[in-house]
Amino acid sequence: MTASRKSMGLHLGVLVVLAALFFILPPYHTGNMARIMVLAIYAMGYNFLFGYTGLLSLGHALFFAAGMYGFGMTVTQLGLPVPVAFAFGILAAAVVSLVIGLLALRTSGVAFMIVTLMFAQAGYLTILYFGEYTRGDEGFVIKQAQRTVAGIDLTSEAGRYGAAFILFAICFLLLARLVQSPFGRTLIAIRENEERTRMLGYDATRLKLQAIVVSGAVSGMGGATYALLFGYVGATFATVQYSIFPLLWVLLGGAGTTVGPLIGVLFMFYLIDISSSYTDAYMLIAGVVLVLLTMFAPQGLAGELRKRVMPWLP
Amino acid sequence: MATVNILHTSGLTKTYAGIKANTDVDFELAQGKITALIGPNGAGKSTFVGMVSGRIEATRGQVFFEGKDISKLPAHKRIQLGIAYTFQITSVFPGLTLHENVALAARRAFRGDEAAVDAKVRTVLTRVGLGERANQIAGDQSYGHQRLLEIAMGFAQDPKVFILDEPTQGLAESEVQDFIQLMKSLAGEVTILLIEHNMTVVMETADHITVLDQGMVLANGTPSEIHENAAVQAAYLGTTDAED
Repeated sequence: MTASRKSMGLHLGVLVVLAALFFILPPYHTGNMARIMVLAIYAMGYNFLFGYTGLLSLGHALFFAAGMYGFGMTVTQLGLPVPVAFAFGILAAAVVSLVIGLLALRTSGVAFMIVTLMFAQAGYLTILYFGEYTRGDEGFVIKQAQRTVAGIDLTSEAGRYGAAFILFAICFLLLARLVQSPFGRTLIAIRENEERTRMLGYDATRLKLQAIVVSGAVSGMGGATYALLFGYVGATFATVQYSIFPLLWVLLGGAGTTVGPLIGVLFMFYLIDISSSYTDAYMLIAGVVLVLLTMFAPQGLAGELRKRVMPWLP
Repeated sequence: MATVNILHTSGLTKTYAGIKANTDVDFELAQGKITALIGPNGAGKSTFVGMVSGRIEATRGQVFFEGKDISKLPAHKRIQLGIAYTFQITSVFPGLTLHENVALAARRAFRGDEAAVDAKVRTVLTRVGLGERANQIAGDQSYGHQRLLEIAMGFAQDPKVFILDEPTQGLAESEVQDFIQLMKSLAGEVTILLIEHNMTVVMETADHITVLDQGMVLANGTPSEIHENAAVQAAYLGTTDAED
């Protein structure tokens, strides 16, 4: 009981801090924080599959892009209302992840990584191939008028921060709850020892498929949110780079922890932001810091916290 | 035998690249009894229980559980029917607490009633003598305690048939004695299929023994019948000191 109360306190505490930051930070940093929260949604979706279920995908950009295009194309080309288009984006990502899951789960380990990577590449090429509708590499902009919900202008500083915060908070709390539920705990069991889980009477394949769909839908929500708040949809977001990012964020922040993705995105964002203000060789600094972190905190920042001082961290 | 068989196999065969691990095994498991499956190394015991539990796909033959043919069911479906299996090589969830390990085993039966799961976990852990350690991490436990945890995970499922693959392997003598007491305390409660090398354990706990040799059934009988059986002695007991 105390562990779940501590966890509840931590999660609400994180949200209170995030909400307060809007009133404390200067505009430049609130803009950054909005972007960090949106990318953290994507990272949390990735973490659900990688950190909790133990499946390493190298193709999550496909789900991110499915959400992004699912929202962006329906809102600009079909003129759907924003909430409907947004829901459609999430649905598109869920359907894509279901199909990919059905195929990719026939493999495991390295083969799973390769198969997901290949499907994501195929997805990227599909976006380019249908350039007539997707605008390919060039991408398209979602106009300000199409980024207004219930009279709130999401291109304004407060509107953007508020929307990013609310959507982040929903995913953050729901996923925290989910990983502590019997379903989430069984996924952790699969990560720890799949054969044993199967021999306790669980249908591991079906559970992994469900995990992929949850992960894909949340990642897709990240993509849809990105398009909604920053107004741009492009094929860059479907490249392999965007499949590697969430892996890095989650590894840095702490795979298999609820706060890890946010910490990872925050850390990496400001690592690059700060180091690039000092030198052009900022990637070198970022690289060295990443190597040091992997050497001295292999479980990520939140993972180290859990190991040392907060064993109850979900 | 006048007893009811809860599980039986018919012509169960497993061939690995032409090498026969099990050939036409006809086997019966009497309800509520402890049946020991013994045989020299490589006799095909683990392969056999692997095919019964569904971990290993049979080349041919059938497995019947409570009269139904379960040969085509995947492992998790067979476990759901009430067959529990403990691994020969300890297979627990090393990063999780003992409580969570057993809870994972128990949870399926309670469908979301976490209070009932907790109560069940406490009962089972206490029964195998791990009650004090419930909140410790499984991977940090001694080998003997991990073996006991495996057994607890089996019990927590309230199985109809409990398959134990060499449960006392690697245990200290005192731990083996505790295990024998545990098995005796279960008499009549649950049907047990025990694969065991330690003849003291077999002779003290089993109601019935089936001997496998080179993938085939060599003999069937009570412990004393098996003890007297010349063919068994030649194949197996002759190389082991079977006296208490």
